[in-house]
Amino acid sequence: MDAVAHAPAVEHGPSLRQRLAARGFDAVTLLVVPAAIFTLLLFVYPFAFGFVLSFEPKGGGDWLANYRRFFSDPFLYETIANTLRLAIPVTLVNLLLAVPIAFRVRLMRRQRLLTTILVLPITLGTVLVAEGLLNYLGPQGWFNRTLLTFGLISQPLKLVHNYWGVFASLVITGFPFTFLLTLSYVTGIDPALEQAAATLGASAWQRFRHVYLPLLMPGFAITFCLSFVQAFSVFPSAVLLGEPAGVTRVISIAAATAAFEEYDYSMASAIAMIMGFVQLAIVVVVLASRGLFYRGPASGAKG
Amino acid sequence: MIRDTTIGSKLWAAAIWATVGFFVLNLFAMIATVVTSSFATRWLGTWLPAGWTTRWYSSAWSEFQLWDVLVVTFQVIGAVVFISGALGVTAAYALARRDFPGKRLLVLLFLLPLLIPSMTFGIPLATVLYQTGLAGTFWGVVAANLVPTVPFVILVMIPFIEQIDPKIEAAARVFGANTFKLFVYVLLPLLLPGILAALLLVLVRTIAMFELTFLVAGPTSQTLVVALYYSVFAAGVRAVQSIDAMAVIYMVTTLVWLIIALRFVNPTQIVTRAKQQPAH
Repeated sequence: MDAVAHAPAVEHGPSLRQRLAARGFDAVTLLVVPAAIFTLLLFVYPFAFGFVLSFEPKGGGDWLANYRRFFSDPFLYETIANTLRLAIPVTLVNLLLAVPIAFRVRLMRRQRLLTTILVLPITLGTVLVAEGLLNYLGPQGWFNRTLLTFGLISQPLKLVHNYWGVFASLVITGFPFTFLLTLSYVTGIDPALEQAAATLGASAWQRFRHVYLPLLMPGFAITFCLSFVQAFSVFPSAVLLGEPAGVTRVISIAAATAAFEEYDYSMASAIAMIMGFVQLAIVVVVLASRGLFYRGPASGAKG
Repeated sequence: MIRDTTIGSKLWAAAIWATVGFFVLNLFAMIATVVTSSFATRWLGTWLPAGWTTRWYSSAWSEFQLWDVLVVTFQVIGAVVFISGALGVTAAYALARRDFPGKRLLVLLFLLPLLIPSMTFGIPLATVLYQTGLAGTFWGVVAANLVPTVPFVILVMIPFIEQIDPKIEAAARVFGANTFKLFVYVLLPLLLPGILAALLLVLVRTIAMFELTFLVAGPTSQTLVVALYYSVFAAGVRAVQSIDAMAVIYMVTTLVWLIIALRFVNPTQIVTRAKQQPAH
């Protein structure tokens, strides 16, 4: 880019402006500049700044002091395990529920009502879901009351201020997200492929296993990654519905505590970097293992 | 369409619908709990409250200074929608119409804030905003909320702009339209449905955007969802019904805009980016 801009102007032949335009740089291309500068300033710069800041501990010490403190203090490093214990089962449950339901809904003509209902918890947001579940799943809430009435349990289940409260809230907000992503991948596959398999005598399971699954694996891998990173950065429901000092002390709580209670932005940045790194590691593992399943072009057959 | 008629597949379908039904039932029961509680006089250990009242709404309104919070919320949302529209649509136009070296890198740059959860980039962002003194102010909250919304508008608008025939613009040029006239008389009317859809989605997402606002907001720049978080966090100080009344006000604010948005967009667009729609 720069090499082109600084190329010496040649007397004969097309002007610099013409040569730039031939490569796609003209006044219209410049329209992208404000948004690019904005994203660089408010997204890339803070990340780089936080990365550097995390190596400059507030309380002095050498450049790795924050990271050493994180990995030597069980109250801090256990947050990673706590978060993974929530995020991985929730993501798997959401995906395993979403796939069969998406396959069924794909056949429906009027999907809009269901998709509209499912969009509700996403738009209402995690704070409202946490507040609602606090009442609904509480010992006097309708959920326990119904189970008691039907005689399924003899005393109310403890479902809030522990692991299961956060789990439930992550399913309520995460499932619709996973489902709608899955549905958009499933409906993107040409139905003619399935019909061809059915014509050749494949059963429903065989059609899923040998036709859809290989084609959908890349989509499922991306859905898993997106759902996982959302669940991994759980914050409001872990505070409100969970046990923020104990089993649901997730990594974002540790980061927020460092930033806003200890005013140690250096430590908070270090925790945010570790959080980003764990997310990245899981995403890389999932996307790499996608290659094991991939068996051919993912686009539909030619018409 | 292939229909299986074996007993096994019927049972399977029934199991799937039962799961969907269970999920939707719990979702509605959860919302109904909040609404019921907000109208309850006293609700302890029974199916339904002892009596009904609306006084929690007036007490929530004054206790939480909801008028001020709502004004701030809509000012923030208005600024976010306007700025992300202006920055996003222009950038999307350039990306849709021109092919230049480094374009893929730029698209990746715009994709990242949508893929990385706001809590991860929010903490370094809040640190930078605190150091510049912008955090805690109105514009700090707006700036933080713009980080995911500008890329969102860009990615929703690119396929929409691509489907508009460039020949129309060329024709306008031939007839002597300058860039401004081209934009106002040709592009804007054609792009309006797409812009409207993108901005409504930004609006709905910004009302519910908790993490970024929480990390940078000060006492005078809180939005409704952050105020709701703090009141639930400090539960026990206020009556539960009062918090529920606030939650209902928040729900109504969100749902009104959701209903308006759903008239123009497909619900799946709230999650995934817009698929290329066939031109009507």
